[in-house]
Amino acid sequence: MAHAQGQQHPIGIYLKIWGLLFVLSAASYAVDYFQFQGYLRWFLIITFMLLKAGLIVAVFMHMVWERLALVYAILVPPLLLLVLLGIGALEADYTFLTRGTNFGASSPPAPPH
Amino acid sequence: MTPPPSPSTDRVLSRPEGMQGFVADWSSDQQAFKKVPWGKTMMWIFLVSDTFIFGVFLISYMNVRMSTTEPWPNSSEVFALTLFGHSIPLVLIAIMTFILISSSGTMAMAVNFGYRKDRVTTFVLLLITALLGASFVGMQVFEWSKLILEEGVRPWGNPMGAAQFGSTFFMITGFHGTHVSIGVIFLIIVAIKVLRGDLDHERPGFLTGRKGNYEIVEIMGLYWHFVDLVWVFIFAFFYLW
Repeated sequence: MAHAQGQQHPIGIYLKIWGLLFVLSAASYAVDYFQFQGYLRWFLIITFMLLKAGLIVAVFMHMVWERLALVYAILVPPLLLLVLLGIGALEADYTFLTRGTNFGASSPPAPPH
Repeated sequence: MTPPPSPSTDRVLSRPEGMQGFVADWSSDQQAFKKVPWGKTMMWIFLVSDTFIFGVFLISYMNVRMSTTEPWPNSSEVFALTLFGHSIPLVLIAIMTFILISSSGTMAMAVNFGYRKDRVTTFVLLLITALLGASFVGMQVFEWSKLILEEGVRPWGNPMGAAQFGSTFFMITGFHGTHVSIGVIFLIIVAIKVLRGDLDHERPGFLTGRKGNYEIVEIMGLYWHFVDLVWVFIFAFFYLW
């Protein structure tokens, strides 16, 4: 039984993932090298990042071969960070706005209260 | 048709209630993660908590970068190196990325050869992983000293733009570099254990009375891959964004 001996898989799969990670890294470096800008840049950066992260977690960290009880215990809690991400973005927008109103050189002074 | 209650169901049904039940349930060695070694569960729990630490770092970086009214320094130019007379953007960071990915590859192979009880190959692969990790840290030292001494970047300000650039850069890459350094030490310890045959002969470890086995190579590997994983996010959000 495979599990009695721990995670035992053919060596070829690691080499393939290794090669794939190299290609993806080169691709994300190319995004900067060729100076893609705007939404295309962000879309490509995030796509390559998520693909790399997924491959590392799934194959190198053996997540695809683990039982679901463990997989969910690891992958679900970090989703909470998305809430913090939203709060952080809202707060940053507000700070940017108030800085622009109160300290901005080009903006008109805030109306007196 | 109701199947007859099995002995285990019976035991569950007759468990104590109330406060006694609370204590009994939490202290009865019930196992949620079947077929997973104890050490691996503990490593995963640590890694999930570490995910939150790096997650909070990256989110606070997003927050200060979005809220600053000064222009953010262009990382493509800040981290460019002049090689053979050409200025190549982000070249050192790209090399560091490839080195860390390669070390993840050798680590995965080390785990594989470990479970095959191939002692020497596992040792060599672990040693290569440690060397690649150490060279990563070395390049980071070079990067930091260039940024501090030549570009004049400080945690409280820099000549290129928003002051928050320095504080987030030193905090995030510094914390990641610390993880890599600890990983290199961890790798060397595991490599020595493998070479000495501690795992084959199930000798107990230094800190624990548990018998050694090749699971510790896989657990070490989880930590190392996690360090690589964090770098994927730092590379995307700090250097490329």
